[in-house]
Amino acid sequence: MTSKEEMEMLRASASGFLGEKAPISQLRRLRDDKIAEGFDRETWTEMGAMGWAGVLVEEAHGGVAMGHGAAGILMEEMGRTLTASPFLSSAIMGAVALSKYGNASQQEGWLPAIARAQKIIALAVDEQRHHNPAHVKLQAVRAGNGFKLSGEKCFVADCAAADGFIVSARTRGEEQDPDGITLFLVSRDTQGISVENQNMIDSRNAGKVVFDDVALEGDAVLGAVDKGLAPLNIILDAGRAGLAAEMSGAAQECLDRTLSYLKERKQFGQTIGSFQALQHRAAHLYSEIEIGKSIVARALQMMDSAPEMAALMVSAAKAKLGQVALLAAQESIQMHGGIGMTDEFDIGFFIKRVRVADALYGSQQFHTNRYAELRGF
Amino acid sequence: MSEQDLEDFRKEVQNWLAENCPEEMRQPMDSQDICWGGRHWKFSSDAQKIWLERMVEKGWTVPEWPKAYGGAGLSKAQAKILRKEMKRIKARPPLLSFGIWMLGPALLKYGSDAQRQEHLPKIARGEIRWAQGYSEPDAGSDLASLKTRCEDRGDHYAITGQKVWTSYADQADWIFVLVRTDFSAKKHEGISFILVDMDQPGVTTRPIKLISGNSPFCETFFDEARAEKHNLIGEINKGWTIAKYLLTHEREMIGGMGGDVMRPIGDIAVQQIGKGEDGRLQDPILRADIARMEIDGLAFMATMDRITQQAKAGGGVGANASMLKYYGTELNKRRLELMMDSAGSPGLVWGGEGDVASQWLRTKANSIEGGTSEVQLNIIAKRILDLPSQ
Repeated sequence: MTSKEEMEMLRASASGFLGEKAPISQLRRLRDDKIAEGFDRETWTEMGAMGWAGVLVEEAHGGVAMGHGAAGILMEEMGRTLTASPFLSSAIMGAVALSKYGNASQQEGWLPAIARAQKIIALAVDEQRHHNPAHVKLQAVRAGNGFKLSGEKCFVADCAAADGFIVSARTRGEEQDPDGITLFLVSRDTQGISVENQNMIDSRNAGKVVFDDVALEGDAVLGAVDKGLAPLNIILDAGRAGLAAEMSGAAQECLDRTLSYLKERKQFGQTIGSFQALQHRAAHLYSEIEIGKSIVARALQMMDSAPEMAALMVSAAKAKLGQVALLAAQESIQMHGGIGMTDEFDIGFFIKRVRVADALYGSQQFHTNRYAELRGF
Repeated sequence: MSEQDLEDFRKEVQNWLAENCPEEMRQPMDSQDICWGGRHWKFSSDAQKIWLERMVEKGWTVPEWPKAYGGAGLSKAQAKILRKEMKRIKARPPLLSFGIWMLGPALLKYGSDAQRQEHLPKIARGEIRWAQGYSEPDAGSDLASLKTRCEDRGDHYAITGQKVWTSYADQADWIFVLVRTDFSAKKHEGISFILVDMDQPGVTTRPIKLISGNSPFCETFFDEARAEKHNLIGEINKGWTIAKYLLTHEREMIGGMGGDVMRPIGDIAVQQIGKGEDGRLQDPILRADIARMEIDGLAFMATMDRITQQAKAGGGVGANASMLKYYGTELNKRRLELMMDSAGSPGLVWGGEGDVASQWLRTKANSIEGGTSEVQLNIIAKRILDLPSQ
């Protein structure tokens, strides 16, 4: 565990670095220059050098092992600057997957490189319009000592830059069967894998990954055969808690930018922030954001102390922050008025990222339903 | 205090409660089972009387107050242990009162030693029941424009005017009142905080029947009512400071109700509506609404904890009390709306389904009393968000 002082130092240094090296103007440039990977390599390498990419990797594998609370702080700060990077895919979910479920050679082969931001892992889980990790059609058929994978994954974040994929595949049972799902760790350069980038609204990279008779050795399995769903959910919960933190940061930034605008813009001969109609919208938004922050903190604490028990709190946090961040993004456009609709003004970038972050690894609706299931109704 | 000392204290509390809390006082309670105390209090059972007496003797009706004033002088950590242990065996609170919640904290902060000596032990023992005299017919959200007149008559004060929304004033013995002592000063600077014995001809009360059918509030009339000079708290004309302190305190308390849920609504709905073969509550729209409400409830509770922790670290809760009051009361209203939705037609019968209709109607006051939701949003906008005044 990391002390409170260390956490505050991390936040200060993250805020300083991101504000200087990777502000929204960087995302704008990546978009306008149509950079396929959807992030800036140099910034990512520096994140590796600062230890960020190894925040969840054990020291024995070259990481700094500061925990989910620290990873959450970094996500929150990246949410404020809308910094694009494979941090969520690789440093959070990739690191958790390999640290918890990887065999010795998988760990040695990948973890030190993940921690130094030299290799990137992406998670290939969705197959349908909506997130549903139990729905797996992609087939893994036994062949000799290994398996052959055939099928398609969609909405794979950071697929363009990925050096390896964690793939959920069906080794037994029907499409919706929770039993019979197996996780594989597959190197990008394996024969039969093709990646198709999509032009996403948040200007980051995601796309389809097609597996066409991809032959794997038996040791490509991550964890136990047929028993992949529970580990997958813990890997996903790490990502979901991180996304909730990112959305919390984005929501706070929307509010801060809106407050500055309310204090500066004049109409009817007055600062518009003096109008009660706008004050109440802003005060309500402030309250929702404060409520949201607390449940994100709880979810991150649970991921650190008892990840296998964290599902309820993580789903609550992901559902709540999806709602709060979308509210913040919409309210910030409304309170900016016409200028909030222009591409030239930065505020419009938030609503696009928040929409994607809400959908990624389960929308508000998915997590509200999961919460109710876990509560027994 | 060391971890070990706290552990010893926990054991001591457990043993004492096991021996001293009567079985009848460990049953779920209705609003009729609350012990409010006071000069005219009639205990509903022997057990209620014994339970109060035993707790009074320990100083545990007001565990954190100093021993000299009827408390037990417990630290925050010890008091938390006591609350937890009481909750664990489902022990009822031995005494609830506005004296404990409101006047006590005000006297501890602003009262003189003599004032504390006179009033606090009687609150701790449940001997005097207090009412709060704040709002007036023309001073609601604009509380500081209050007009109840308090005149210096040499050896005493004479008070004339009307208060409204005075909780349970018809059953109270004493009342703490905000009065105007200077009509020429600015509105915040001519207010004083004074204590008045209600057992005199100059004070009369009239209950107000509410939409819930109950009358928890009264109108209270003062006609040349007498107050002793030594019962003016703090400095004359400086009462607004105390009023604000108590309002903040009250907001935290009312806000806290939003999260204080004995039984989550999802469980109640399962019992009332039942689950389908898919294991889901049979009404899918209600199921979604309840899940969202419970998530907000979890997040709100976590926020109460977070803000309290921050307050302990220094600086106090401050204007965030307004955020907690706003969010907590709106949440509580939502919760009771869903309770009504879940109960169906039995919930529409007076006294039906645990009297849910009365509770539902009562919550409508939550976002009005102690400062409306709109007043709280004004405070957040000005004091936290630093938005300009018009």
